Amino acid sequence: MSDFFRIAWLVVRKDLAVEARSWELVSTTVFFAVSCVLVFAFALVEDGRAVGNVAAGILWVAIAFSGTLALGRTFERERQTDTLRALMLAPADRPALYVGKLLGILVLMAVTEAVLVPLVGLFFQAPVGDRPLLLAALLIAGTIGYAAVGTLFAAMLVRARSRDVMLPILLYPITVPVIIAGVRGTAALFQETPNDGLAQFWLAMLLFFDVVFVTLALWTFEPLMTE
Amino acid sequence: MSLDFTQVTATDLGRHYGRRKALSQISFDCHAGEIVGLLGPNGAGKSTLLAILATLLAPSTGTVTYGGHTAQAAGAALRGRLGLLGHDLYLYPELSARENLLFFARLYGLGDAARVVDASLERANLADRADDQVIGFSRGMRQRLALERALVHQPRLLLLDEPFTGLDQASAATLVTRLQGLQSEGCVIIVATHDLDVADGLLSRALYLRNGRLVHSDAGSHGLRDRYVAAIGTA
Repeated sequence: MSDFFRIAWLVVRKDLAVEARSWELVSTTVFFAVSCVLVFAFALVEDGRAVGNVAAGILWVAIAFSGTLALGRTFERERQTDTLRALMLAPADRPALYVGKLLGILVLMAVTEAVLVPLVGLFFQAPVGDRPLLLAALLIAGTIGYAAVGTLFAAMLVRARSRDVMLPILLYPITVPVIIAGVRGTAALFQETPNDGLAQFWLAMLLFFDVVFVTLALWTFEPLMTE
Repeated sequence: MSLDFTQVTATDLGRHYGRRKALSQISFDCHAGEIVGLLGPNGAGKSTLLAILATLLAPSTGTVTYGGHTAQAAGAALRGRLGLLGHDLYLYPELSARENLLFFARLYGLGDAARVVDASLERANLADRADDQVIGFSRGMRQRLALERALVHQPRLLLLDEPFTGLDQASAATLVTRLQGLQSEGCVIIVATHDLDVADGLLSRALYLRNGRLVHSDAGSHGLRDRYVAAIGTA
């Protein structure tokens, strides 16, 4: 088991070292997410007030879209130099490689969310600081579920010619439950009177999806990656 | 976890993509201390065959055994004894030469990774550029580094796809010497190449592929170009 985490840690550390040299993924993902929120703010904020209770939806749309961008680019890097093959050739548990890639993407998405959340609070007057722990738990659980499926599909599609088109087509329908649970849970916190009970219910749903998606991904990664 | 073998046997190997047959009925074996060449025109199936031997691609028909073990049964332990230098070099351009080798050395679970990597950098003649990012390296330097990446864990079976690409004469001669050294150490080496002049004198045996089929095989140390023309038709 310790070897499993050693391999996963090696892959994460390598991905973060590569990103630290290029800043390619962080800059494009954050820029895209911020642009997304700004466009919605121009459309949905009038006289300094957001039209309806849209903040939670916009937050999760920005997370999902920027996450797809991050997933695609992370594996595009491995494709350009075919290094994914070198990883697959290593005498390591292939699920450990998957976990390593997943953790790297989670770090990247966490950085994006750290920028997004205050921005949504600022533009849409969402009370992002009222229930910080519960909001963080919803974001973490939702991001894990989304990235778990996304990492699997992005790795699987790495050699497909139409991978950029196929990734969202495959990813969005399957992760709809995660996005819905994330939006509903976050919306419960963004009400004038936050509804902790409802948020906790959706958090429990997200944790359930996480267990299902991560288990399925670990189970199917090796056969799916063998051509 | 440790697994070793001295013979690789391919039996009736076939691989098809939909209705297109990339490989058909390929059978051969090779032994420790041999350098076997896979020769043939573009699209002959050389890279597909190497990918199957590297366990990265499952054959549609037939089997490959590594001293009696199949890839499916031996799994990670077998992969630890394989080294592959592909047409793409499997290097991270943003990382330095040392970081690339250290990453792969640790991925292969080498105990004294730092010492092994220092020795590899010396062999690749890249010790003075060890901490430079690979993105700034010439094709020849990358090729030398990629070879050390493939060899960092001392594989028993070394698979090379066009290893002489981008190398100048001196670097190609150094690579030939290195491969002969590995041959004498008991490595099984399979080389897919179009560079008949460099491969001439290096190969213990040549397998000639055309349209996914093994059309001829022979042993001999010289006259490779003539043998190729006789087997394939044109060089």
